[in-house]
Amino acid sequence: MLKRVHYSPSLLPYLLVAPQVAITLVFFIWPASQALYQSFLIEDAFGLSTEFVWFENFIALFKDPIYVETFWRTAYFSLAVAGLSMGLALVLAAFADRVVRGATFYRTLLIWPYAIAPVLAGALWVFMFNPTLGIVAYALDALGIEWNHKLNGSQAMLLVIMAAAWKQVAYNFLFFLAAMQSIPKSVIEAAAIDGAGPVKRFWTIIFPLITPTTFFLLVVNMVYAFFDTFGIIHAVTQGGPANATTILVYKVYNDGFVGLDLGSSAAQSVILMAIVIALTVVQFRFIEKRVEY
Amino acid sequence: MAELILKDLHKSYGSTEVLHGVSGDIADGEFVVIVGPSGCGKSTLLRMIAGLEGITSGEVRIGGRVVNDLEPAERDIAMVFQNYALYPHMSVRQNMAYGLKIRGLPKAEIERRVNEAADILEIRQYLDRKPRQLSGGQRQRVAMGRAIVREPEVFLFDEPLSNLDAKLRVQMRLEIRKLQERLGVTSVYVTHDQVEAMTLGDRLMVLNAGHVEQFGTPLELYERPASVFVAGFIGSPAMNFLPAEGIEGGLLRLESGATLPGARGAGPVTLGMRPEHLIADSEGPIRIRVSVLEQLGSNTLVHGTLEGTEREMVASLPGIHQIPEGEVLGFLIRSDELHQFDAATGKRL
Repeated sequence: MLKRVHYSPSLLPYLLVAPQVAITLVFFIWPASQALYQSFLIEDAFGLSTEFVWFENFIALFKDPIYVETFWRTAYFSLAVAGLSMGLALVLAAFADRVVRGATFYRTLLIWPYAIAPVLAGALWVFMFNPTLGIVAYALDALGIEWNHKLNGSQAMLLVIMAAAWKQVAYNFLFFLAAMQSIPKSVIEAAAIDGAGPVKRFWTIIFPLITPTTFFLLVVNMVYAFFDTFGIIHAVTQGGPANATTILVYKVYNDGFVGLDLGSSAAQSVILMAIVIALTVVQFRFIEKRVEY
Repeated sequence: MAELILKDLHKSYGSTEVLHGVSGDIADGEFVVIVGPSGCGKSTLLRMIAGLEGITSGEVRIGGRVVNDLEPAERDIAMVFQNYALYPHMSVRQNMAYGLKIRGLPKAEIERRVNEAADILEIRQYLDRKPRQLSGGQRQRVAMGRAIVREPEVFLFDEPLSNLDAKLRVQMRLEIRKLQERLGVTSVYVTHDQVEAMTLGDRLMVLNAGHVEQFGTPLELYERPASVFVAGFIGSPAMNFLPAEGIEGGLLRLESGATLPGARGAGPVTLGMRPEHLIADSEGPIRIRVSVLEQLGSNTLVHGTLEGTEREMVASLPGIHQIPEGEVLGFLIRSDELHQFDAATGKRL
């Protein structure tokens, strides 16, 4: 007979998890449920009258061509940010992996951008590209390119993509470098003896072996581009010109806090929430499957 | 077909020199084992031949071609690594075909070579598996298969058996030897295991602290070790070393006061006696006070000290013996089996 160990019921475990539960409740569950509830309401701008309308906010959103357009813009923006920052980070990591001398110094420098707040990062890029004052705008002018992201929508988009990607490069770089350094050196040497040059080695050995990391970063970067780029966009373009850089999360803010259409704003944030949950599920499902070692 | 010539190879990392002028000619089809304790520079030497480490000075020639400045890929070598270094994301077949594909061989030729190597190594049924689905011994075969299919001028082995268990190691050792004889490819094999070295090599290069102590056949090393280091490294149980002094009448005087004939000069020397060369003789001058016996069945190892001193000695007696602890046994040694080394330099006299 197995003896079952009995613990006398005690309050202690509950007390120990209580802070975590309280934080989750107050800062996540409560606002999320509020948003969900709010998304079923239509409220006037002064908060004097409220009407429960079921899914009317959602229906209105998907009928609104501006919202649908924002959806596609966000997809484009996220893919561009993820692609650009991961691509750059991959190249930097591939070179850092080969550096022997001064590797720590090089790595430290590359990690700095990650420590900069999004708004500051945005401010930096605004200064550099300011159409009248910016040094890059000045240089581009010398090359015959007229830079004015305050009037030109695609230039504005390009600018926020660059700023957002730049900030994420450091993070991606760290993960890529760690992944590359976990590949046994002798595998790379074996490939060198087998006749593969550095580029060939990269694409046939290193890149396939870091696939799990790449996939993980892709999801993280998409989520980053979806949500954490608000500060950069707010600092650089405020979503303009003419909504050219308004992505979903910026529209949530703009419709809710500027336009005071709280119902629609809440509905949009619920949609965003669904997207991030979907992304997370995808990440966990695939990452467990695709580990190669 | 290629001979491999090493000429005065030096290797320094910054100001520390790890190889101090290694030379040696390795004939076409020869199997040479580089052996030495860890940190002696043997792996570095192999990696210099492979082109994975730069050459500080000196020359490596493969088939008459100086390869110092060639990339590993251009040297026409294949290497088997200690941890196998298989590509984990490729199947066994892809692992073996990788180098051939890069060299742009026609598909049919790749297919033929891979199948042929797989047949030789008996890994045909694993061709579509990933390395992680194989056991250590199977991975080892795949690593060798990857080397064979390339049909290189030189095979390099970097301690390929050290990750295997003892039994498998003995088996793979034999297979490597047979394979090398069959293919007749010049091979350089690095190991720290002297038994592996003795059984595998046509010739052995004994390295110690970046110097070549001796380069010769296993029997030469056993019968005429060039230095105290080689003498102590080759043979199991290890050789006994005793300080002695050459005195008048061509005699050698041991610390115990006993004398042996055959001195090659006056002054202090180090004597080397292999345990298996000590012959029990009640009148023998080498008198050992027995402390421990090791019964191996076919022979008995007698551990003890030289009488009147604290010098540890081992003698190997054929057959089974029962000797009480503390008893003093006398031993003889034939003068042609008595090794004499310079007490200061450790070189053979």
